[in-house]
Amino acid sequence: MKQTKDSGTKDFLVSEVLLHSSDTLPPETSRKLAEIRRDKPSVPIIYVATGSAAIIAGSDATAKAAKQYLEEMGMRGEVVRTGCHGPAAFEPLFCVHLPGKNKLFFRNITEDKVEPLLNGVFHNDMPLEDLVAQSGSYGFEAWHEIPFMEEVPFFRLQKRVVLGNCGCYDPESIEEYIARGGYRAFLKTIRNYTHEEVCDIVERSGLRGRSGGGFLTGLKWKYALNSASDSRYLICNAKESDPGSYADRSVLEGDPHRLIEGICIASYAIGASTAIIYLKTGSPHPLARLRKALEAAADYGITGHNILSSGFNLEILIREEAGAFVCGEETALIASLEGKRGMPELKPPYPTTSGLYGKPTVINNVETLMNVSLIMSHGPEWFRSMGTEGSKGTKLFSLGGRGRYTGLIEVEMGTTFRTITEGIADGIRDGKAFKTLQIGGPSGTFITEKNLDLPVDFDVLRANGIAMGSGGLIIIDETTCLVDFVRFYMEFIHRESCGKCIPCREGTGRMLEILENVVRKPLNEDSNSTLERFKGVMQLETIASVMKDTSLCGLGQTAPNPFISALDNYREEFEEHIFDRRCRANVCRGLRTFSIDVEKCTGCTVCAAKCPVNAIYGTRLQPFFIVEDKCIGCGVCYDVCKFSAVTVK
Amino acid sequence: MQFTIEVNNKSIRAEKGETILSALNRNGIIIPTLCRMAEFTPTGACRMCVVEVEGRDRLVTACSAPVEEWMKIKTHSPRVIRARKTIVELLLSNHPDDCLYCDRNLDCELQRLSDEMQVRERRIRGSKIKPRRDQSSPAIVRELSKCILCGRCLRVCEEVVTATSIDFIGRGRYTHVGPAMDRDFNFSSCIHCGQCVLVCPTGALHEKHYLSEVQEQLSKSDVTRVLQYSPLVPYALAEELGVKYNRDFDRLLNAALRKTGFDKIFLSGTGTDILITELTDTIIRARENPDRKTLVVSACPAWVKYCEQFRPELLPLLSTLKTPQQISGAIIKSVVPVSDDKPRVYTVSVTPCTAMKFEARRDSMTRKGISDIDTVLTVRELARLIVLYGIDITNIDPEPADEPMALRSSASLLAESAGGITESVLRLLAARMGEKETEKPALKKLRNTNSFRETIVTAGGESFHVAVVDGLKGLAKIRQMIDGGAKYDLVEVMACPGGCVNGGGMLPAGSREAVKQRTRFIWQTDDQEAVRGPEQSASVTDLYGRVFEQCSELADKKLFNTHFSKRDVLL
Repeated sequence: MKQTKDSGTKDFLVSEVLLHSSDTLPPETSRKLAEIRRDKPSVPIIYVATGSAAIIAGSDATAKAAKQYLEEMGMRGEVVRTGCHGPAAFEPLFCVHLPGKNKLFFRNITEDKVEPLLNGVFHNDMPLEDLVAQSGSYGFEAWHEIPFMEEVPFFRLQKRVVLGNCGCYDPESIEEYIARGGYRAFLKTIRNYTHEEVCDIVERSGLRGRSGGGFLTGLKWKYALNSASDSRYLICNAKESDPGSYADRSVLEGDPHRLIEGICIASYAIGASTAIIYLKTGSPHPLARLRKALEAAADYGITGHNILSSGFNLEILIREEAGAFVCGEETALIASLEGKRGMPELKPPYPTTSGLYGKPTVINNVETLMNVSLIMSHGPEWFRSMGTEGSKGTKLFSLGGRGRYTGLIEVEMGTTFRTITEGIADGIRDGKAFKTLQIGGPSGTFITEKNLDLPVDFDVLRANGIAMGSGGLIIIDETTCLVDFVRFYMEFIHRESCGKCIPCREGTGRMLEILENVVRKPLNEDSNSTLERFKGVMQLETIASVMKDTSLCGLGQTAPNPFISALDNYREEFEEHIFDRRCRANVCRGLRTFSIDVEKCTGCTVCAAKCPVNAIYGTRLQPFFIVEDKCIGCGVCYDVCKFSAVTVK
Repeated sequence: MQFTIEVNNKSIRAEKGETILSALNRNGIIIPTLCRMAEFTPTGACRMCVVEVEGRDRLVTACSAPVEEWMKIKTHSPRVIRARKTIVELLLSNHPDDCLYCDRNLDCELQRLSDEMQVRERRIRGSKIKPRRDQSSPAIVRELSKCILCGRCLRVCEEVVTATSIDFIGRGRYTHVGPAMDRDFNFSSCIHCGQCVLVCPTGALHEKHYLSEVQEQLSKSDVTRVLQYSPLVPYALAEELGVKYNRDFDRLLNAALRKTGFDKIFLSGTGTDILITELTDTIIRARENPDRKTLVVSACPAWVKYCEQFRPELLPLLSTLKTPQQISGAIIKSVVPVSDDKPRVYTVSVTPCTAMKFEARRDSMTRKGISDIDTVLTVRELARLIVLYGIDITNIDPEPADEPMALRSSASLLAESAGGITESVLRLLAARMGEKETEKPALKKLRNTNSFRETIVTAGGESFHVAVVDGLKGLAKIRQMIDGGAKYDLVEVMACPGGCVNGGGMLPAGSREAVKQRTRFIWQTDDQEAVRGPEQSASVTDLYGRVFEQCSELADKKLFNTHFSKRDVLL
């Protein structure tokens, strides 16, 4: 790596690659690029994934251990820190590439496992239990009896376009990105096309905004381009704050340069000379990667004044905001960028006519912009070839919940949700039964078993009352209580409501209270409070529909979605909570009753010692008992009992 | 361009570019609103004005959405009415049930709306947020439990007053309106102008009440109780009491106040006359100095606090003269005799202003720890006092005010509108310079609603350049002019747009129309009255000629002056 970072490489990449006028490069240049890409390494190369998930799992230490191992063994070799491949459950993901052989992927390689693993690989004693798959090209020698990457369901059913680079190269190295064909689409764009033509191409490709609305990106750009103004802004919304979605973060960590290239092209298309990347505070790792990438791009003259003598100027700024969930809404985002309180404002005017500082502004999210450079380099027809009639390309999902395999996935538009839950996630963990699939985070809906055959498609989903949302996908099994789940989301929305409009501010609060009432322990209640609960529940649907009808911004309008969707599809679960005061998943604390089986209890006193409210009494070596009135349903006794004497119902 | 839209299955004419709301209002359809303020850009926060537009998924806010030709609107469909009613019910579910004890009972927009929406049952229940009641400010009380977060107060504070003392704090149901760092008002940059009180739809913001204090003093036997009122108070009181105003009303008020138990009734207008006289003298004196500074009037206490906080660099230019209320107060506490059986003098001032409540409490407005003005009441409070003491103001005999401050000139009434002080000073200047009359066209330039007005008047061969800042928004302009080298003889600044006619102690929800009407009343009265300037007023002549000479404290007029200094507040 070190030798590629000198100024010679930079000059070579700029003059021979970026400024090369034709699409095909001379063989000599291509050979050099292959070397930078490490296509055919002459020494062993070890790739360690270092996305946030991997770092949490300990990949930093893994990378250090691998380096130390090579040094101690006196071996020539290289350790490359890459972005994430996606399967969060496999982190730290570890890949060994021996010269002339296929790449080998290993899962969950923590620091202590590095030495035995590398010993095994180098001495042909493969640690099979850690092995995931092999992957290869360029006619390398395949390993025997090891599945190929394409045979692992998690990868086989995906179509990795946007994530094509993630996990394959060192995201802090602009050289590798250029060697992989990077930034050439941008230079081709500013050399060959006018602003209108770029908008046209992107519109023709059928790329739709990936942040939920599904508006045609090219058309949005045209609106901004056609608004008369002396300056325009492009904002890249990289602030995903849905609980449980991490697509933007992974992309920023794994392939920051492609995002920058997308921003460059989009800025050129709308004639913006300032682009702003709007990041959430509290994500230091992607921020550091992005900063480094921006510095490198500026150093290469890809951003800045008169970019590579093209006459186009672009400054890319990073704005870190303490913003709230609602700052994902366009007008609130702009308000927060202007230094005001992040509160949504009335539309129209739309940001494309009057946005940041009153200038035409385009706000695109990370995933949308990631597609742009690909469209410009492969052409709109290539992009149209993927996906369905109305929705082209691919879609990222942050797959979470109870599936066997979870993580960041990318599927072609038109893939059914069944493929995702049963194929990519490979069913439910621990042999439990599938209940439902939740899409779109706190403002999303539930996809029931019978809807699982719906394809990932903006229009089809909308017709079925399902919003695509920003790409959160949570697999829910029978151990999750939907009332509790809806309550959790309502709590989140209520906390994040900006307080501006009445339906959202008061409505979320009331809905949360009513839901809390439903799951609360029926203790010390008089008949009046029972009546209150019933009355409250009767109001829930009214409040929900008025909120949907009248709220000012998307946050309030979609806030009741999880509730409405759950009530529509799983009404019986609500009724059980309300009428029978029972939670079938045994999740709602207030509705759980614990008791001790006299036959099984040995009187070991552990449960009594752990009970936080001293609700368990008894004499040592005699069966204990639980005082129901004192019990708060926390379930600690259930968890600590070694004799399965505590039962729950 | 006009076109037809369909509303409730009937077609009405609408104009291109106007909002749905204005088209509906013009055609006799009333849509309830809560956060809307005329002449402000709509924020769409309250969602009360929603209507159903065919082809739109969601209800549309009429206050903000422009009419379009294809529109078919339903303004009172069951869906719309349910939405509006639910919104009111949601507000009420988090509102204290204490209408009977509320400052704004029977005068509350939320109360009216809930009545209009036929809310007759508490359907939505739950816990209520119980924020504290902020009584730290001497002028304005903040009762956050009654706040419905319409945001009117903070928009006025930012866009009209330009103090931006308050904003939203917190999220979700815990959102509330408050000063910086969520401190109390007394730490904030609030200038007590009370514009927020005027726009508050509920009882969340109101002036601090001092009525019980006044009542206590009225029941004492050892106190001489003195009340003075501003020239505009009788007219505003008639508005508040719903009585038709006539020329006798001032003297009826005197009689009514005596019946409540006040021993002496003085006119603050005499104080205004003295202020005008002193200002004129200052200008004439300054003429002798070629490097004279611009003189900025300090007659508006809200502006003075604003200047101390935000524009300390202008403090050297500020006139050291007190406000009319405090000048009168100084005179009252000096001339009203004390005796053994009545050793104390208690002074009450009635004004259309909330900032005066703060001003009377300034250290520099006291002598040996005794305030010149003990209590300041707003017009609203005075009306309550009169009602409380059961006085039928239409059915009593008129009485004159007390000497030595029994008369006022019409100039002092004029000073209640923005630009009035300047005009009065110019008239007096002309008289001093031996002119018969001031140039009318030059004065006319001061009578409009621009936030910055200026004119040049020649009198006695000399020209006087004056400017009026009507509402603090105009300050930016004066700053620009002074930086550009302009020299003024007098600059008048009024914090409330329109002047005291739009003061924070007037009727709430004082619309632009009411302000105009009050101003028109002032101008008419000024044209009709005989005594048009301080120089013609018998009271002023008496004070200067006799009273000040006899009273050692007043002889050097030091008591009419004060000092100002930079003020550190949380900005």
